[in-house]
Amino acid sequence: MKCNFRVFRYDPSKNEEPYYRDYEVEADPRDRILDCLNTIRWEQDASLVFRWSCAHGVCGSDAIRINGICALACQKLVGDYKSPNFLIEPIPVFPVVKDLVVDMEPFFSKYRLVKPYLINPGDTPTTERIQTPEERELIDDTIKCISCACCTASCPINIAINKNYIGPAALVKAHRYIYDSRDTATKDRLILLDSNDGA
Amino acid sequence: MVAENSLTLHKCDIAIVGAGIAGLRAALETSSSNVAILTKVYPHRSHSASAQGGISAALGNEEEDSWEWHMFDTVKGSDYLADQDAVEIFARDAPRALYELEHMGVPFSRNASGKIAQRPFGGHTKNFGEKPVKRACYASDRTGRAILDTLYEECMKQNIKFYPEFFATSLLMDGGNCVGLTAYEIATGEMHTFQSKATVLATGGCGMIFKTTSNAYATTGDGLALAYHVGVPLEDMEFIQFHPTGIYKLGILITEAARGEGAILKNGKGERFMERYAAVLKDLAPRDVVSRSILLEIREGRGVNNSDYVNLDLSHLGRDRIEERLPDLSSFAKTYLGVDVATEPISVAPTCHYLMGGIPTDSEGRVLGEKGAVKGLFAVGECSCISLHGANRLGTNSLLDLVVFARRTGKAILDYLENARLETLPEDQIQNASKQIHDLIDSKGNERVHQLRKEMRTVMHDKCSVFRDEKNLDDALKAVRRLRERCQNVRLEDKGSNFNQEIVETLELSFMLDLSEAIIVSATVRKESRGAHYREDFPNRDDKNFLKHTLVSRSPDGPKISYKPVVITRFQPKSREY
Repeated sequence: MKCNFRVFRYDPSKNEEPYYRDYEVEADPRDRILDCLNTIRWEQDASLVFRWSCAHGVCGSDAIRINGICALACQKLVGDYKSPNFLIEPIPVFPVVKDLVVDMEPFFSKYRLVKPYLINPGDTPTTERIQTPEERELIDDTIKCISCACCTASCPINIAINKNYIGPAALVKAHRYIYDSRDTATKDRLILLDSNDGA
Repeated sequence: MVAENSLTLHKCDIAIVGAGIAGLRAALETSSSNVAILTKVYPHRSHSASAQGGISAALGNEEEDSWEWHMFDTVKGSDYLADQDAVEIFARDAPRALYELEHMGVPFSRNASGKIAQRPFGGHTKNFGEKPVKRACYASDRTGRAILDTLYEECMKQNIKFYPEFFATSLLMDGGNCVGLTAYEIATGEMHTFQSKATVLATGGCGMIFKTTSNAYATTGDGLALAYHVGVPLEDMEFIQFHPTGIYKLGILITEAARGEGAILKNGKGERFMERYAAVLKDLAPRDVVSRSILLEIREGRGVNNSDYVNLDLSHLGRDRIEERLPDLSSFAKTYLGVDVATEPISVAPTCHYLMGGIPTDSEGRVLGEKGAVKGLFAVGECSCISLHGANRLGTNSLLDLVVFARRTGKAILDYLENARLETLPEDQIQNASKQIHDLIDSKGNERVHQLRKEMRTVMHDKCSVFRDEKNLDDALKAVRRLRERCQNVRLEDKGSNFNQEIVETLELSFMLDLSEAIIVSATVRKESRGAHYREDFPNRDDKNFLKHTLVSRSPDGPKISYKPVVITRFQPKSREY
C-alpha cells in the first residue's frame, strides 16, 4: 500500500527553522514504521537521521512522535493505523540534535538524580539474598522500563509547566529501588524526591 | 566537514570500546583507575539488552546440580572444540558470579523459597547427559536487560566516564603494542584520539553480516575488524550460531526459555519432529542440532503450509505461566505477528544469533597475536574467543561468559597498569584515521552503502549459513571480494558533520566485508562438520585432521590460515548424541 510520510527535518548547522518534508513509501501493513523510515533513508534521502538499533522494542533507541503520539518506531506497524498518512516528529521536551534525534542528556541526568542503584550497606551473604516471589513481584512492572523516554516526553507537566520536573521515567526508577526488598535507603530516597520538581 | 588536525586528545588508563554487559563489567572491576567507555550507541541501548532466557550456573536451587556437569555440557555442546581449561574456570566460577550479580541488585525471578529461580535450557543436563536440568537463572524473559541495567546503574554510582555515540575507527599501535585508539564522534563529526595504557574491545558479535538475524543493527563486528586490521588473527570465525527460533522473516529472537518451559516445535504435519533428531533431549537439544533439524524438515517438504518455517507451540503452557515467565515473547508475537501465543503457534525459522569465534584471548582477556600477547590490548564478551564455546554455544552460557571473563580481565588489567605508562602516539596513524573520514566524504564514487550491505547480507545468508559446501563458499568469496572493491567506490549523499549516519554505516560495512571474507575462508578450509559448521560435502566430524582451532590473519595476499591446538583436560572427544 502507498503511505505518505510528512517528516520533521532540522539540521541546526544548516537550517534556521525546522521544516517538514513529504515522502511516499510503498509499505506492507505488517511493516514497522521503522522499516518505512529506513526505506526513506536508504532509497530516497540519506540525510534523514534517527536513532535505532534492536528494532523490536528492547533497546529503547527509536522513540519518536507518530501522529502526535510518542512511541517506538519499531513497535508500531503500518497496519496499526487507520490512515496511510503519517506525521513523524522528534519526541518533544528534549532539544533536537538533528531531524528525529534529540539530546538525551537531560533525561539521563534526571535518571542519575534518583540514585538508581541498590543501596544496602549491610553484610552480603555468601549466597543470594532471599527475596520472596511476592516481594519480587512488587518491582516486576518497574524493571520493564527500557528508558526510551516516551513517557517523560508525553508528560503534560514536562511539556507545558516545568521542564525541571523529574518526570515519570525517573520516578519509575525510584519506585524500582524503593520497592525492592533488598534496598535499605527508602527514607533517603523519599526525601530526595520530596521537592517542587519531584513528587 | 572534519577540520584538519582537529583531533581532540583524551588520556586515560583504560579505554573500553563497547558498553554492553562485558564492557560495563570490565569497567566496574577497574573503576579505581581512570576508565573511559566509548559506545557507538547509548550505554543503555547495547545489544546485551536483547538476551532473554537466562544465565547458567550450577546453583542447585531447584534440583541437584554440579559445576562438572555444567562443564561437561559446555564441552559436549561445543562439539569438543572448546578449550577445557577455560570451560573449567567458567563453570566453577559461575555460582560466585551469579551471587555477585544478585548482590549488585539484578532482579532475578525467585522460587518459592526466595532463592534465584532456575529453569531448563538447551543442552544443559543432569549427570553428564541423562536428562535436562534446571540451571538457567533468569529475570522472566528479559534477563539481559535486567543485568545490563544493573551494571549500567552501578557504573553511574561509581561515576564512570562514558563517551556515548563515539565510533572507534582504528587501534593505534606502536611496535606491536596497543597505545590507544581513534574514534569518530557521531553527534559532531569530530575525530578523537584516546591515549590509553590498556584498551579493551567489548564490541559484541557481527550478526548483521547475515540477512536474517536476531542481532541489533549496531552488531557489526567493529572490534573484531579493528583487531584484524592491526594484524591480530581471528579464531574459529567459521562457527556462527543460528538460533532455531527467530520470528519468521523478521529474525526477532523467540527465547529458548520457551522450550525450557515446555514449548514444542511442530512441522507442517503437526509432528513433534525433534523426537526423531534428539531422542533424549528432544526440543531442548543444542541450537546447532535444532536449527539443522528445522531446515531439514523444511527441505524435505514438511515446513508449515509448504513454506520455509515451522511452528513453535506454547498453547498447552497456559496463559498465566506464559505471562509470568515469558511476557516479552508473548508481546513480540502479538506486536509483530498478531498472534496470541496462549492459543496459536508462532511461525519460526533459524536466525543468525552468535559468533562462537573471535579475537583470541587467554582466560584473562589478553589478546593473543601472532607473537604472543599484544601488550595493552584486551578483549571481552562475544568479540573475544577464549575459546569457551568452541563450535557451538549453549544457551545461557553467553551472559555468564561476559561476567566471569570481564571480571577476570579487569583484574588482569589492574595488575598490568602497575607497570604500564602512556606511550607516545603514532602521528601517522592518527593522520590516516582522519584522512579516512575526509576521503569518504570527498568520494566521487557511484556505489550506495545500503545496496552493497543488502547484497553482502543476502550472499552470506544464501551461501555461508547453516549448510555449506565448497562451491557455495567459492561463490560467496568471489561475491564478497567484488563487494569489497565496490565499497571503495561508495558515494555519500550526506556530507554534513552533524549526526552523519551514512559515514558510520560505510565504516561498518567495510568492517563487515573484511569479516565476511575471514568467515568464508575459515569455513572453506575446515573440511569437516562440527557444531554450527556443517559442510554438506564433508558431513562428518574429523578429529584426526580438524580437532584444532582455525586462525585467520590478514596479509597483502589475502587471508592467511594457521591453526592452534585445542586444550583437552577432563573430557576426551566422543560422538555427540542427544
